[in-house]
Amino acid sequence: MCGIVGLHLKRESAHQPLGAHLAEMLDCMTTRGPDSAGIALYADPLPGGRQRYSVRLPEHVDAAEVARRAGIELGDEVAVESLRPDGAALVAAGAPEQVSEAILTAESDAVVVGHGTAIEMFKDVGSPRSICDRYGIAQRSAYQGVGHTRMATESAVTTDGSHPFAVASDLVLVHNGAFSNYATVRRKLEREGIRCVTDNDSEVCARYVAWQMSRGADLEDALRMVLKELDGFYTLLVSTADEFAVVRDSFACKPAVIAENDDYVAFGSEFHALASLPDVGKATVFEPMPEEIHIWRRGDGRGWSQ
Amino acid sequence: MGEVSVSDAVTLDCGELSTREINRELGSLPDGTTARIVEPWGRHNLAVGLANRIDIRIAGGAGYFIGGLGDGPDITVDGFVGWSVAENLMSGTVRVRGNASECAGASSHGGLLVIEGDASSRAGISLKGGTIVVAGDVGHMSGFMAQAGTMLVGGDAGHALGDSLYETVIYVAGKVASLGSDARIEEMTEADVAVVEELVKGAGFDHIDPQNVTRVASAKQLYNFDALKGQSY
Repeated sequence: MCGIVGLHLKRESAHQPLGAHLAEMLDCMTTRGPDSAGIALYADPLPGGRQRYSVRLPEHVDAAEVARRAGIELGDEVAVESLRPDGAALVAAGAPEQVSEAILTAESDAVVVGHGTAIEMFKDVGSPRSICDRYGIAQRSAYQGVGHTRMATESAVTTDGSHPFAVASDLVLVHNGAFSNYATVRRKLEREGIRCVTDNDSEVCARYVAWQMSRGADLEDALRMVLKELDGFYTLLVSTADEFAVVRDSFACKPAVIAENDDYVAFGSEFHALASLPDVGKATVFEPMPEEIHIWRRGDGRGWSQ
Repeated sequence: MGEVSVSDAVTLDCGELSTREINRELGSLPDGTTARIVEPWGRHNLAVGLANRIDIRIAGGAGYFIGGLGDGPDITVDGFVGWSVAENLMSGTVRVRGNASECAGASSHGGLLVIEGDASSRAGISLKGGTIVVAGDVGHMSGFMAQAGTMLVGGDAGHALGDSLYETVIYVAGKVASLGSDARIEEMTEADVAVVEELVKGAGFDHIDPQNVTRVASAKQLYNFDALKGQSY
């Protein structure tokens, strides 16, 4: 099954409680995916071209030491922004590929869960509630957030296999469904020099979107290409630092409910995930139609395309 | 369906009771009782599996499988519903005052499902004898493999309407985006007009002209395998 939740705030004043809302929404979707969960939060972008790297580290490894060694490898400062139960949030300037490489050179068992100017990523195995508690999600503020509860079908229940997949700066993808031709698409990406690190079908889709965007496609074009090239059942929620997009396959047999008002756009696999949001009773509630691409852009108030 | 008098009604609060507690309480009510379910907020499986003749009012938007397996009660939802409302309905009525999500009335054997808004895709999938009346539009693949019973759509129907239809007849007042495999448009007869008149009356709608609807039924070309068709299936 899998459950998706997402929240995109339209007004600055509404930023503070996002983590609390998202944790509540995610807990509500436990029945759709009790195996593992993940959350991506977008908060105020880091200045000066720096990016945040959400890094999972083995238990005995000292994050400060990893940052120090990565800094030497990179030839530029790598700072520990915060320590986390699974590792640390590191901050560095420079090309993301080089920074990631430097972190892996400093600690070969490190995993960069996601990176970007605005995102911080959390992924773990266990119930959504326990994961939100472990990472203090309810206490975090953000302007945009995405969460996923996983009921694994295409690959094992591991932290790496859990969603979201964040394979390029600030680009996050979560998926409910199953792709049927992902091995074909993965081979196509391999021919382009793009390597998947898990057996997961959703990772292939995330890398496909990132690949399209790296070649100049905007998010909407990239999602249109997903509709064209990826076969299977899917509801996707894809976000960037300033966009929040939803798309469903042509059969639309994986659920999606959107509630929108002047303050927010909220996404839930089922309506009851949205029931705790303020004034949701007065929001416009709708289900995206098959093959419709819905995109909201930060600052636009509302973006819509089809 | 008369208005439920709030003062006489048994009130069940979703904020205080589990779904199982609510359904157990509903099932224990004597025939003729009225019950109100308040604060549903998308709760699934409300008023499921009931066989008593009671009136139930759900005060707000509800979740999946509302009124499923019903064999007696008359249920009104003052809001929208999620997937598979009135699934496998046997008798009684389910009326939704808002929109319904996918698979409305799936596999229902009897009774009446009325949706005052739109229904999403696959409305009436595998219908087995029930009646579905939708005031607005229905989504793609509605009436898929519907075996018996009747559907009336007051608005437009989405793509692949009535795909692999058996004996169900679908009446559409608006446009049909496309017909599914083996579904065809047939001439309306006097008997059809009478059926639609009854459906419109039963649902309490006044925006559908029984003289001006399209009849969609099975062409029955998929009933038997035709070896001469070769690879064309």
